[in-house]
Amino acid sequence: MSGSEATLDRRAARGAAKRRRARRGQAIAAISSVVVLGGLAALILTSPGWPDVRDTFFSWSAFKDSFPDVLSAFWLDIKLFVTVEIAVLILGLLVALVRTSATAALFPVRLLAVVFVDLFRGIPTILLVYLVGFGIPALELSGLPTDPLVLGGIALTLSYGAYVAEVYRAGIASVHRSQRDAALAVGLTEGQALRHVILPQAVRRVGPPLLNDFIALQKDVALVSILGVVEAFRQAQIFASSTFNYTPLLGAALLYLCVTVPLARMLDRLGTGASGLTV
Amino acid sequence: MSPQPVLAIRGVTKSFGRLEVLRGVDLEVAEHEAVALIGASGSGKSTLVRCIDLLDEIDDGDIFLDGEVITDPAVDPVAMRRRLALVFQAYNLFPHLTVLENVALGDMRAHGASRGEAESRARSLLERFGLGGRERDRPDDLSGGQQQRVAIARAFAGRPRAMLLDEVTSALDPELVGEVLDAVRDLKAEGVTMLIVTHEMGFAREVADRVGFLHDGRILELGPPERVLSEPERPETQRFLRRLLEAGRI
Repeated sequence: MSGSEATLDRRAARGAAKRRRARRGQAIAAISSVVVLGGLAALILTSPGWPDVRDTFFSWSAFKDSFPDVLSAFWLDIKLFVTVEIAVLILGLLVALVRTSATAALFPVRLLAVVFVDLFRGIPTILLVYLVGFGIPALELSGLPTDPLVLGGIALTLSYGAYVAEVYRAGIASVHRSQRDAALAVGLTEGQALRHVILPQAVRRVGPPLLNDFIALQKDVALVSILGVVEAFRQAQIFASSTFNYTPLLGAALLYLCVTVPLARMLDRLGTGASGLTV
Repeated sequence: MSPQPVLAIRGVTKSFGRLEVLRGVDLEVAEHEAVALIGASGSGKSTLVRCIDLLDEIDDGDIFLDGEVITDPAVDPVAMRRRLALVFQAYNLFPHLTVLENVALGDMRAHGASRGEAESRARSLLERFGLGGRERDRPDDLSGGQQQRVAIARAFAGRPRAMLLDEVTSALDPELVGEVLDAVRDLKAEGVTMLIVTHEMGFAREVADRVGFLHDGRILELGPPERVLSEPERPETQRFLRRLLEAGRI
């Protein structure tokens, strides 16, 4: 009798201790946040240059004047991002499939795929945008695109296609060989095994790293501005250089964040979900 | 005149690098017959089964299915595999598909059945192996014994001429072995031609019409289970069985 009472007492004591620990943890987190963030704010606000920074980077009137134009230019970023992303997903998959194929007849294509990845992954994206954007029109061949937006998109596709090809390839390689054996054993051809068994598993596994590359691409879309395309960053720059006020750039930065942060949260969810394999 | 065997293996050799795994295997499996293959790990049992299903290429010899050579390089391996079925030790179910899709995939993609046909056949097979109601689950949600029964249903869905079972209970917890063996008994009762690689001597004795002892890449002894398992002639077989007995496996 007294034994079971003692057990109950201990259970209550454990519960109270657990609640105490939780409360203490929350209090410590709150205090340290206030100290760190408050300290940083104080440091910035009391810095000698703060009044100037406030006027050139946080001017409400400059923000109001520029934001509609920056926003409408940002639609170009979005359109380019979505188009390039789709092209990257297709190109990357094709290159990965060629690289993982074992057919002797495909050897030259396989070699080409290796060169493709080495080349376009190895060149800085900004340099690639320059080379494609100014090099291809300089050839003066008819039929080749001359629109800087298209050329910039091609450069981004090549660069990110090389990265994404490697992501896909890692995914394909991560599917155990026994899956291919099982697919062949039920009578599928090599192609059917790839299509119905190996690729679906590979693509599910590489979701998080692919999304990571999407976030990077969404920012790098701004690189086409060096070809003279007036997208959000360029539009903000135009305002900034004519008014000597940098607030429009901050407005552009906010717009990029509006896309990348939701993508990042999506990525987190994929990562913490049942190993990202849930369908 | 004895009828033509479903499976005939003649002088098959297979090496991996310098390791000779099969050194001339001869074996026949007649229609409706179940042949159990026993032998120590590394004796070549799994390799033989993989070679028969053309997942590994043999070096020499021939394998015949219904009198037709299947190991000729000119023969399309896909067409031959469609007439055979292999159940793996580790089940190798497709984790991204449901149980029903696992069983229906081969019927649809390899045998040209419509989705409706394939799924209704898959449903009745799952029912038969005690998995009714689990059609929409993923393999990972099942116990090992259930997964292996799905794998057996998947293999059988292709209406194979012969089934190859590669240590189908070796990866299972002891209490789950029985349900998988029941599924195999069920196939045997229906007269399915089978080549069964197994470590379950009691099961081999019960289900197999003949037992073969594979040692060092050759079949050293082949005969009715009572004889091979109770009165083995070869010292190698005697030693193998004594070791199993000492380990409490018989």
